[in-house]
Amino acid sequence: MTALLLEARGLVQQYDTSRGLFGRATSVRAVDGVDLQVNRGEILGIVGESGSGKSTLGRMLLGLERPHDGQVLWQGQPLPAPYSAAWRSLRAQMQLIFQDPLAALDRRMTIADQIGEPFIIHGLAKGAEAMAKVAGLMARVGLRPDQAGRYPHELSGGQRQRVVIARALASSPRFIVCDEPVSALDVSIQAQVVNLLRDLQEQSDLTMVFISHDLKVVRNICDRVAVMYLGRIVEEGPSDVIFSDPRHPYTQALVSSIPKAGTGLSHRVILQGEPPNPAARPTGCAFHPRCGAADRACALEVPVLELNRGRLTACLKLRATGAQAA
Amino acid sequence: MSFISIQGLTVAFDGTQVLHGIDLEIGRGEALGLVGESGCGKSVTWLAALGLLPGKARVGGSVKIDGEELIGASRTQVERVRGKRIAMIFQDPSSSLNPVHRVGRQIMESLTLHRGLKGQAAKAEAIRLMDLVGIPSAATRIDLYPHEFSGGQCQRVMIAMALAGEPDLLIADEPTTALDATIQAQILDLLSQIRAETGMAMVLISHDLGAVSAVCDRAAVMYAGRIVEMNDTAALFSAPRHPYTRGLFDAIPEIDGDRGRLKPIHGTVPDPRALPQGCAFAPRCGSADTRCHTRSPEPQAGREGGLLACFHPVAWAVPLMTSPQGIPA
Amino acid sequence: MPKFILAKLARAFLTIMMVMTFAFIVLRLSGDPAQVLLGPDAPLDAVIAFRERWGLNDPIWKQYLAYLTQIMRLDFGVSMRSQTPAINLVLERVPATLALTIPALILKLGIGIPAGVYAALHRGSLADRGVIMLSIFGFTIPSFVLGLVLVLIFAVSLTWLPSGGQDTYWHAVLPIITLSIGGIGILARFSRSAMIEVLGQPYIRTAMSKGLPWRDVVWKHALPNAAVPIVTLVGFMVGALIAGAVVVESIFAWPGVGRLIVISVANRDLAVVQALLLVIAASMVIANLLVDVAYGLLDPRLRSKRAAH
Repeated sequence: MTALLLEARGLVQQYDTSRGLFGRATSVRAVDGVDLQVNRGEILGIVGESGSGKSTLGRMLLGLERPHDGQVLWQGQPLPAPYSAAWRSLRAQMQLIFQDPLAALDRRMTIADQIGEPFIIHGLAKGAEAMAKVAGLMARVGLRPDQAGRYPHELSGGQRQRVVIARALASSPRFIVCDEPVSALDVSIQAQVVNLLRDLQEQSDLTMVFISHDLKVVRNICDRVAVMYLGRIVEEGPSDVIFSDPRHPYTQALVSSIPKAGTGLSHRVILQGEPPNPAARPTGCAFHPRCGAADRACALEVPVLELNRGRLTACLKLRATGAQAA
Repeated sequence: MSFISIQGLTVAFDGTQVLHGIDLEIGRGEALGLVGESGCGKSVTWLAALGLLPGKARVGGSVKIDGEELIGASRTQVERVRGKRIAMIFQDPSSSLNPVHRVGRQIMESLTLHRGLKGQAAKAEAIRLMDLVGIPSAATRIDLYPHEFSGGQCQRVMIAMALAGEPDLLIADEPTTALDATIQAQILDLLSQIRAETGMAMVLISHDLGAVSAVCDRAAVMYAGRIVEMNDTAALFSAPRHPYTRGLFDAIPEIDGDRGRLKPIHGTVPDPRALPQGCAFAPRCGSADTRCHTRSPEPQAGREGGLLACFHPVAWAVPLMTSPQGIPA
Repeated sequence: MPKFILAKLARAFLTIMMVMTFAFIVLRLSGDPAQVLLGPDAPLDAVIAFRERWGLNDPIWKQYLAYLTQIMRLDFGVSMRSQTPAINLVLERVPATLALTIPALILKLGIGIPAGVYAALHRGSLADRGVIMLSIFGFTIPSFVLGLVLVLIFAVSLTWLPSGGQDTYWHAVLPIITLSIGGIGILARFSRSAMIEVLGQPYIRTAMSKGLPWRDVVWKHALPNAAVPIVTLVGFMVGALIAGAVVVESIFAWPGVGRLIVISVANRDLAVVQALLLVIAASMVIANLLVDVAYGLLDPRLRSKRAAH
């Protein structure tokens, strides 16, 4: 049973770069036309390199940034404008967890106070009831009761990320965007936090968007994956399908770039060229300058996302071969 | 035949010991991986060996290069080794290059220092090196500044600079951590290619086990300032013996196969100011007993080769990873 | 001409205009020059004639317009007191002030920066702690206190140096020392922290790891980077060359720009005060432009940011 919780339609984000008193303003497109559906209770992964627009997309899904074009629908209704009263009340249901927990936490507040803060902001509980709820949340994310009075700098990186997660859970959200939540953590701790997120999702039927450049983690935790390149989705489908049989040349390169223990470098697709730069977007398919399969058509036509062997791909070459196969 | 020999290397900052006696031999042309989580001392080992730690660090033990002692040697003696015999590249390539000097000048500086090249000769050689590390149109880009290069290209410049002294050993300290996945692959590829062509030895310091296994002949696993296991990459990766090594492998999600729950190592890395008694890993170890909590295991040669510091190693017979074809990876 | 220079000049012009307008209005609201110049006992018709002569009876916007047209013709008005062109009065005082401030600036740079860099290179040493203590002393003690103390010691007690006036080179010694102490302290402190910051940067580790001798690491890699923030502070000091000696000139009876400011403000000599402010604002704006140029020379990242304009 898949019920649509959140939907993005034709999302575009562009930033104007100011060029001073007499300069001409130019704009950089961070996200360039993204359609995306997030179903209730699923974990959707968004992967891509720096400059792919994945974090900007996440912020637009939460309504933290107003899109330049397109819209986000929450349960069929457009998201209210950022910082309006309606948006504030919706915020309790939507939370963001990002990479650097130390930056997300207030250095001068104890962690119990910070976890309990949403209760006060959203008027959900106070006094002894709030304290009991904080204790419950701390237990849920695996923090010890004696850590309640600690300050962020007294905790390890993994523990801090647990505090951030507990605080995000305080308002009983239904939707959480995790932006690189484990990238700053060591491998052994990373696994602890990934497991925690998986458990929480199962226990409270959370819906999550999990943004990461770490394909292994994304594959482990996500049901479905969208691969982004220069502000567009180039491939989207179930995790098992995408990682075992990537079709888009960029996804293939990404998957093959993961060093596997004991296999050496020989089998890998090494992409030539530089990482994507949104300020200098190539014409046609944005990936064509680095793509081994590209031809002249790829430099002219922008490929659209279309169904291809159980997933969506945006690639002219795949369309051609798909047509031949059919 | 080893040309670098580290014996009993210790480092302490403000009275807190962070390195507890490292023994390591590196042979000519060998590629060694140093693996471990942040704070385990893998970078400190080499910064100490080259005298690059801040003045408050207390360094003990011995680091010899072809018999010449580096610890306690005069500044000029150590400076002669740096860049010439042992070169180093770092994690954050963009800030590792001096922002106010042209990249060409920074490479030529090494060429003048180590090979006496000046003027046009130095410039020609710098362009050749930039070509070698795969920077397009090197002849014109030699006059650009670091901020005009991407992170991956800055790392290539760093590598060119390291190669300028024709060193016997390159220490690559997390060279790909700050880079995007596809660029990581390019840099690892470049490093192993250069090693194959020049025959220099390499130490790859990385928390990325995959990268180490792809590039290195041998790997050492460090935990809380000690080497806990060391072996040929093939042996280490197919059958890790130390519970920590095994835990590290288990904690990494797989890219194929099962998508079940991950197997983390419980707890956290100990604070170097309050190390547990006995084996530093004991509090997080599933097979620790009273002996582990009271005595610290010494590294010993294993029956299967390699070194192991554990009273209760993981049984040798357990195959860890199998590739889809069923052949041990 | 590059666009960014045009933009800078436009901004500089605007700054000066704003200073002039502000001064014009405040001066006219703060008291009647006729009363001040002619004295409280002046006959009424003398006051009226004075006001008529200097156009003080017109509405303020009319006076302002007249003033603007005057300035456009590079005419900066006439002193109400001495009847000579105001700008001449100002400019003839400038050399005397520069005779104090330029040697003081040289002392600040020549002592402050090396002391700070030395302290940074020997962090935690006795010399480092000495530099920190002396620099705190330098920039916390007010110049009028320092000036008076120096006079008491060297002029009154020891009688080695004169206490005021401008007759010989010896007369300049105490004012220059008084002027430079604070700047030396600030520069030493600032250079020390700029240098410590730079020494902790990864590219310094790179420079060391490639085998450069320590002095090359310092001279070729650390100092050029530490210079960028230091230049900002030096820019302020250059900007204050003309206006920075008001207190010290008063203490030592040195007939420079600072003394002229005090006298003209007290006398409500409108044209002179306005000409003074114009010269001071212009000198600060020029110093700012010089700092910008220096930035571009020192830091290629700023240079290419501009090229993008």
